Amino acid sequence: MKSKTILEVKDLKTYFFTRHGVAKAVDGVSFRLKEGEALGLVGESGCGKSITCLSILKLVPQPAGRIVGGKIIFDGVDLLSNSEKEMRDIRGRRISMILQDPMTSLNPLFTIGEQVAEPIIIHQKIDRARAWEKAKEMLTLVKIQSPEVRMMEYPHQMSGGMRQRIVGAMVLSCQPDLLIADEPTTSLDVTIQAQFLRLLKEIQERSNLSMIVVTHDFGIVAKVCDRLAVMYAGKIVEYAGIRELFNHPTHPYTKALMDSIPKMDVKVDRLYSIEGQPPDLRNLPPGCNFVPRCSHVMEICEKEPPGESVVGDGHTVSCWLSCPKWN
Amino acid sequence: MTAVKGIPIFPTLVLSIFIFSGIFAGFLAPYDPVENHINEALSPPAWQEGGTTKYLLGTDHLGRDMLSRLLYGATVSLRVGFIVVFVSGGTGAILAILAGFIGGWVGMAIMRLTDMMLSIPYLLIAIVMAVLMGPSVNNVIIILVVLGWTQYTRVLHSEVLRIKEADFIQLAKVAGCSKMRIMLRHVFPNIVNTLIILGTLNLGQVIIMEASLSFIGAGVPPIFPAWGRMLADGRQYITFAWWLCVWPGLAILLVVLSCNLLGDWIRVRFDPKFRQI
Amino acid sequence: MEVLLEAKELTKYFPVVKGIIFPKVIGVLKAVDAVNFTIGKNETLGLVGESGCGKTTTAKVILMLEDITRGTILFDGQDIRQLSRTDLKNYRRVVQAVFQNPYGSLSPRMRVGDIVAEPLVVNSTLSRNEVKERVTHVLEVVGLGAEKGDLYPHEFSGGQRQRIAVARALVLNPKLIVLDEPVSALDVSIRAQIINLLIDIQKQFGISYLLIAHDLAVVKHMSHRIGVMYLGKLVEVAESEELHKNPMHPYTRALHSAALPSHLDDRREEIILPGEVPSPLYPPSGCGFHPRCSGAKTICPEQTPVLVDVGGGHHVACHLAKGSIKQ
Repeated sequence: MKSKTILEVKDLKTYFFTRHGVAKAVDGVSFRLKEGEALGLVGESGCGKSITCLSILKLVPQPAGRIVGGKIIFDGVDLLSNSEKEMRDIRGRRISMILQDPMTSLNPLFTIGEQVAEPIIIHQKIDRARAWEKAKEMLTLVKIQSPEVRMMEYPHQMSGGMRQRIVGAMVLSCQPDLLIADEPTTSLDVTIQAQFLRLLKEIQERSNLSMIVVTHDFGIVAKVCDRLAVMYAGKIVEYAGIRELFNHPTHPYTKALMDSIPKMDVKVDRLYSIEGQPPDLRNLPPGCNFVPRCSHVMEICEKEPPGESVVGDGHTVSCWLSCPKWN
Repeated sequence: MTAVKGIPIFPTLVLSIFIFSGIFAGFLAPYDPVENHINEALSPPAWQEGGTTKYLLGTDHLGRDMLSRLLYGATVSLRVGFIVVFVSGGTGAILAILAGFIGGWVGMAIMRLTDMMLSIPYLLIAIVMAVLMGPSVNNVIIILVVLGWTQYTRVLHSEVLRIKEADFIQLAKVAGCSKMRIMLRHVFPNIVNTLIILGTLNLGQVIIMEASLSFIGAGVPPIFPAWGRMLADGRQYITFAWWLCVWPGLAILLVVLSCNLLGDWIRVRFDPKFRQI
Repeated sequence: MEVLLEAKELTKYFPVVKGIIFPKVIGVLKAVDAVNFTIGKNETLGLVGESGCGKTTTAKVILMLEDITRGTILFDGQDIRQLSRTDLKNYRRVVQAVFQNPYGSLSPRMRVGDIVAEPLVVNSTLSRNEVKERVTHVLEVVGLGAEKGDLYPHEFSGGQRQRIAVARALVLNPKLIVLDEPVSALDVSIRAQIINLLIDIQKQFGISYLLIAHDLAVVKHMSHRIGVMYLGKLVEVAESEELHKNPMHPYTRALHSAALPSHLDDRREEIILPGEVPSPLYPPSGCGFHPRCSGAKTICPEQTPVLVDVGGGHHVACHLAKGSIKQ
């Protein structure tokens, strides 16, 4: 079954121009997302995963931040050539985003009903009564009990898990083609996280929704995503299908990251720990960004940034170790 | 706002001139500010027709040199301003820390007192007190301190409450620090920034208050060269001897404006780092 | 194994107060409800649970940041509620803490060297040089050079700040360190560093840890024994391996299942708990877990189960698990 590509990001570059230099938050990121597919963007803080998502929605904080290059082709149209008005039309309706903190995602001054109905009224241009009905349907979809009662209540009366689901309802109400979820479960309790992820997966499969899930947790990716891209210092260092990547992690960073996470079923004496700190994005080394922390550095690594090498079916790595010329 | 190394030039320059004049008025002023030269009363500023370079900014209705009075006026405003800000700021801070950190009925008592005092009409009470106590610079200082500490306490109290909940305070308790030590070494240094901001902004307010009190005759004694006083005296001559009012008015305006601008800059400059807790 | 700390029927209630002018107590929040556990010398006890379970309150009570409502805590055989003033000072020397937030744990206006030295300065009569020596020593133990002592906290990264916090906890040579979510606010690759450091320190200095965390994998890696808390009660206690192989309480099993898989083909039954984590203000009757438990019987809402020894140091509080080996 060949599904079409809904989003293609080509060599995206988003830089932040600060007093102390230019921070290359996103530095040449490319990936493809098919309809109905879920892509995980994995990395630690500062790797550029959140800025990538904000770039797609053209919501990069200004004036310091600016998209300086690349293409973001969504359903055939390069978003970077869109006007702000055209983007407003897309945001919420065709591309939607869930953020990390359910406590601040909802406005404390408005009822749940008002907040869920609002995007419906704006984008679908129907009257309030019908929007209210639709809002109720959406709340049922995200498994909120007694939605008519909940709709009259305020956010502070809800738990974190419920709020996140309500945000989900708001975000899905206009049936977007693409949903971006930025660390959607980080502030939720573990059992509530499990609930939410299962719900997300169900909804995704049912409506053939494309998703980008941003996280630092490989476990979440394993549960929800089909493909994943590992990011480091503004670049994608490894890109593969889930199965392939878990079975054959290739990039030293990916391997190190996976080894440094304690696992329930594997008992180790010491966790592998990656030396050093994440790099200063304003002062990146020439060559590969991972050199200061990598244990397999070769001469070429310090001189030139590695290109992409294919190491498996749909599996690419940006690393000189995997480049046939150098091995 | 042009800046040198980030520091705003205009307010810093103005305030430096103000402080310098205030301290060295004795050396800078060409005349004794209370010396009358009746024959040359109401002499316009040097560049106007009828003015002389003898009295650069003109003279007032009693022939006193405006420039000298302006400079000595700076001394008064400076003295009142800084003393009031330091004493009321310090008192306000101490009370805020006690109320916020110790809490309980001590805290309640202090905050209720603060609330009560804040609901008193500031100016009215100042006038009544000044009339009762008689005009003198020291009385003005006392009045303004007594009325002024409350705004510090109010704002700093919420700061203290916020800091109290921070982990490092809890950990200081775990380490065995006494309450006194925590208040001195952990709470106070973290409210100093806000205190400075409040103080800078308050300086302008105090100068205006002093000027207002002097204006209505309830501040410094009549002969004293205080800017407010000078404004009051010059009222009746304003239509034909504008310089009697304009110089002191301009001085007040510039100094208060600079205080506000500087205070604002300090707030913006130091807030983000400070808010890392 | 020698016992360092013993909690007996440890209870902490918070009064719920209504009214500003004449506050009236209208109820109690049973944050910790008759909890029993021991921490051995040179041992790590992990406490796991979600929001509202009482683990943080337990930590605060042990650190004497909160009073005990009922019950006892015996430290080295002494009841800490009956301590004289000098003894209390001594207690503070031997029980220290590291908290979750690296950004809030260090006083922003103090130099790092002074921060680490403070417990020494307050609790001992060492000379300035002796203090300096000791501070240098602990800074080196945590992997920071002595020259770092002159810097301020904001000049350090999150991971480094946690190291400073650990150094401060170490400086008095404590017997017990309470670790309240020591790594959850850190980046994944930094977590491993701090976890390794803590384990090394335990081996080197023979310190006991009370580790409080929501990440089961981290707790399992670091702890010798684990206690699972739910709504203020301990529902299961066992050695780490035993808890992993043989979780008996349905909540523990749900936590296991929710702990994200490190590998895709993890054969694990998926248990998704329905509903929300209940608020400790309105705990369900009898067994607090019964509304979310798939195997709840009639006895469950009626009678609160007590911790029962099922052999090998494994205790469970569950009507279903009593006597039986596996569900």
